[in-house]
Amino acid sequence: MFETELFLEALPILVMAFLEVTLVVTVTSSLLAAVLGLVWAIALRELPGALARPLAFVLDFIRMTPLPVHLLVIYYAFTQLSPMTVGILVFGVHYSTYMAESYRAGIESIRKGQWEAAKALSLPPARTWRAVILPQAIRNTLPSLGNWAIAMFKDTPFLIFISVPEMVTRAREFGGQNFSYIEAMTLAGLLFLLASYPTAVLMQKLEKKLAY
Amino acid sequence: MPTDPDHRPTTDARTSEEEPRVRFEDVHKKFGRTTVLEDLNFVVGRGERVTLIGPSGSGKTTILRLLMTLETLTGGYIWVDGDPLTHDRRDGKRVELRPKQVAQVRKRIGMVFQQFNLFPNMTVLQNIVEAPVHVLGQSREQAAENALSLLEKVGLRERADAHPTELSGGQQQRVAIARALAMDPEILLLDEVTSALDPELVGDVLNVLKDVAASTDITMLIVTHEMQFARDVSNRVMMFDGGRVLEEAPPEQLFSNPQHERTQKFLEAVV
Repeated sequence: MFETELFLEALPILVMAFLEVTLVVTVTSSLLAAVLGLVWAIALRELPGALARPLAFVLDFIRMTPLPVHLLVIYYAFTQLSPMTVGILVFGVHYSTYMAESYRAGIESIRKGQWEAAKALSLPPARTWRAVILPQAIRNTLPSLGNWAIAMFKDTPFLIFISVPEMVTRAREFGGQNFSYIEAMTLAGLLFLLASYPTAVLMQKLEKKLAY
Repeated sequence: MPTDPDHRPTTDARTSEEEPRVRFEDVHKKFGRTTVLEDLNFVVGRGERVTLIGPSGSGKTTILRLLMTLETLTGGYIWVDGDPLTHDRRDGKRVELRPKQVAQVRKRIGMVFQQFNLFPNMTVLQNIVEAPVHVLGQSREQAAENALSLLEKVGLRERADAHPTELSGGQQQRVAIARALAMDPEILLLDEVTSALDPELVGDVLNVLKDVAASTDITMLIVTHEMQFARDVSNRVMMFDGGRVLEEAPPEQLFSNPQHERTQKFLEAVV
């Protein structure tokens, strides 16, 4: 039986967990992933093959192994770090490997003529990236980065593996204390939907606005 | 914008008044197994306007791209004012130059592309001031002032704040010409600059270029299918076929009295 009272009682607890953990991890890790992803994408293009190949291998390795495993490994390997810090770092690094792929696609979508024009004007490589390539590439990449951020948001319940009190962890606790899981879990689901859906719509609008 | 051919400090002992602007020496270019240029030797004098003609695949665009360092030589040397462009000869050995050294000589060369290649994320004015500010170290004010006078010259001063996508192809190409000229190049490379334009827009672009040719002493290497334009601006036409110079002559002579049957056939096909 679904009890409305329990539902309402769980509301403030889960909203707080949402704001204090889920949102903080998502926003911080997204920013970290967006910066690192860009660094990887540029490094893969600019580094000589002897350095780029090992980097590509490491990125593939991270991308193709499960997130919860990374969480546990880093959690037990660096016990001096708080679980929250481990969560932010692991989510940030893991998703940076996906975002690097998005940036790569964005960079590759820039026509060869743009690079050639920059070279013909003798722009140094750093200036070519900053003034010519990245403003165009990131425009193409932003919507995809937004989608990764939403995916990361939905992965935050994995934090349960390293005992970070995120929303679903709290919902489970609440359910255990009250001998009924359905109310708190339904609420957690609704809160995810409430946050994801408007963000996704926003990303779509952004995508349209950014089109040349 | 008159350029003083001797206003740049010489960086090489070999540089002298007698050195030609451009010298191709035994130039080889292969793409994979396909040889595009073989043992190519030619010289372009200061202030000369040379038009390269020939069937597609004859290597003429490759010559411009090699000069702009957009392609890498597979053999031989290119000298600009006697300075090595990408490869130098030291003790009889062919040595590749470092990117910084290449950049020094490359600054003297400008290029206008078939597809304009303006930066779409910048306004017209930003496109033109970008390199003068960040490569030549001009102040923004100085670069903008110069850019506006160049825009005036190409008839687009009032479009300075437009984005390239708001302009017609012909207008974009005129901006691209202004952008190349803003670097005050000694050598200007024109790679089929009207080939991507609607026929009614070709005239404006060619008029701008004729004006540049008449009012400056910039050395020009031109690849074009516009034979009338070649006649109007160039002092010399070089006919290429299979990566070699088949014949060369002043335009009136080459167009009216081609020596080679291959040239005759080519001219009949394009004129």
